[in-house]
Amino acid sequence: MGNRVAIIDYGMGNIHSVAKALEFAGGDAVQVSVSHDPEEILRAERVVLPGVGAIRDCMAEITRLGLDEVIREAAQSKPFLGVCVGMQALFEHSEENGGTPCLGILPGGVHAFATDMNDPASGTRLKIPHMGWNQVHQCIEHPLWRGIEQDTRFYFVHSYYVTPAGDRLTAATTCYPEPFASAVARDNIFAVQFHPEKSQHAGLTLYANFLRWDG
Amino acid sequence: MSLAKRIIPCLDVDNGRVVKGVQFVDIRDAGDPVEIARRYDEQGADELTFLDITASHEDRKTMADVVEAVAGQVFIPLTVGGGIRTSPDIRHMLKAGADKVAINTAAVNNPEFVREAAGRFGSQCIVVAIDAKRVNTDSEPARWEIFTHGGRNPTGIDAVAWARKMVDYGAGEILLTSMDRDGTRAGFDIELTRAVSDAVSVPIIASGGVGNLEHLAEGIIQGHADAVLAASIFHFGEYTIEQAKRHMQDKGIEVRL
Repeated sequence: MGNRVAIIDYGMGNIHSVAKALEFAGGDAVQVSVSHDPEEILRAERVVLPGVGAIRDCMAEITRLGLDEVIREAAQSKPFLGVCVGMQALFEHSEENGGTPCLGILPGGVHAFATDMNDPASGTRLKIPHMGWNQVHQCIEHPLWRGIEQDTRFYFVHSYYVTPAGDRLTAATTCYPEPFASAVARDNIFAVQFHPEKSQHAGLTLYANFLRWDG
Repeated sequence: MSLAKRIIPCLDVDNGRVVKGVQFVDIRDAGDPVEIARRYDEQGADELTFLDITASHEDRKTMADVVEAVAGQVFIPLTVGGGIRTSPDIRHMLKAGADKVAINTAAVNNPEFVREAAGRFGSQCIVVAIDAKRVNTDSEPARWEIFTHGGRNPTGIDAVAWARKMVDYGAGEILLTSMDRDGTRAGFDIELTRAVSDAVSVPIIASGGVGNLEHLAEGIIQGHADAVLAASIFHFGEYTIEQAKRHMQDKGIEVRL
């Protein structure tokens, strides 16, 4: 079996960063393709759904390119990784852009950070977007956490966060200032709010783990 | 457990080469952006900013090559500033592997450009760079104006009001440089940094004037900055990023170590 990984290209953002990091993490053994061709995506052994920007634009492009069914099929059948807005899109509904229906592959919604939050330590205002390196507290054991220490910092940039229905999906939490789900896992699906491709060693380790994961 | 304050080294790039003499000991090529970026990454830089100071427009395409080469080796956020004037400029840099672009003069000339760029590419990749200079007399309350062209051209625009406007237009972050302090090594203009940081909802990167590690801590604690940008104190090997972070941690600042 080959090790092809398809990054779903729907014109939104950081696809090249994700591709470069997967290539770096996987080395010669891994074939990375960036595609919106359903056949090519479903031929790959693994699929990554990235995404940055506004969710309404992301969902509109996914629909326009006819990728929703492809994403659903991949998310049922092979190791599947959602990143940032690619994580949010898996849930049922987002508050962003006045309310946006999402793919509904995972139960739960996407909510905005409050704009009046203060840092409990210093009392200063917490800025939105939540931007920078924050700690990821693993709450389950998972093959994608292999070799990554508890509470390692990853790079985040987002103004919305997922609230999974029930606690069973949550694979990690991060505090800003209250804990939110920074990673979720179910069967062959893993999804993260942070950007592994911008999180130095820890991020590359997570990508390498994904490239070895059987789902 | 909370979000770390960031340290961002800034590299000036002219025609594809890092200038203003980065002086790492044992570096093979002091002008090679990839090697320098790798060093800072190893030291624990939280992000990197490249400022394109290439004079002619035709040579700017080399900047995209620089970004592409760095982005294939260094996996932390990369910001590119200098000469970003159009949406194609932004797309070009993002495609090369930049995560954010810093817009300065083009925002002053046409604020709608910021709105358009944030709408098209997302606020998360639009940094508005503000060069501000104190304009009040000693007896007046503090006031700063926006200057362009390296601090030479006044615009009459109030810096705090401008920052608010740019955030309204979709800026995801503000890179704030004090033109009074830039190059002086006398420390950030703390009053300016705090005035802007407290006025807006997005993160502020303080810049201009860092001469020692205590200045970095002051920018965060007194200036309320979310990140600090510095060039010379790191380039000349006086301090490593790690030393800077240890110092900030000793002052009670959350950092990534």
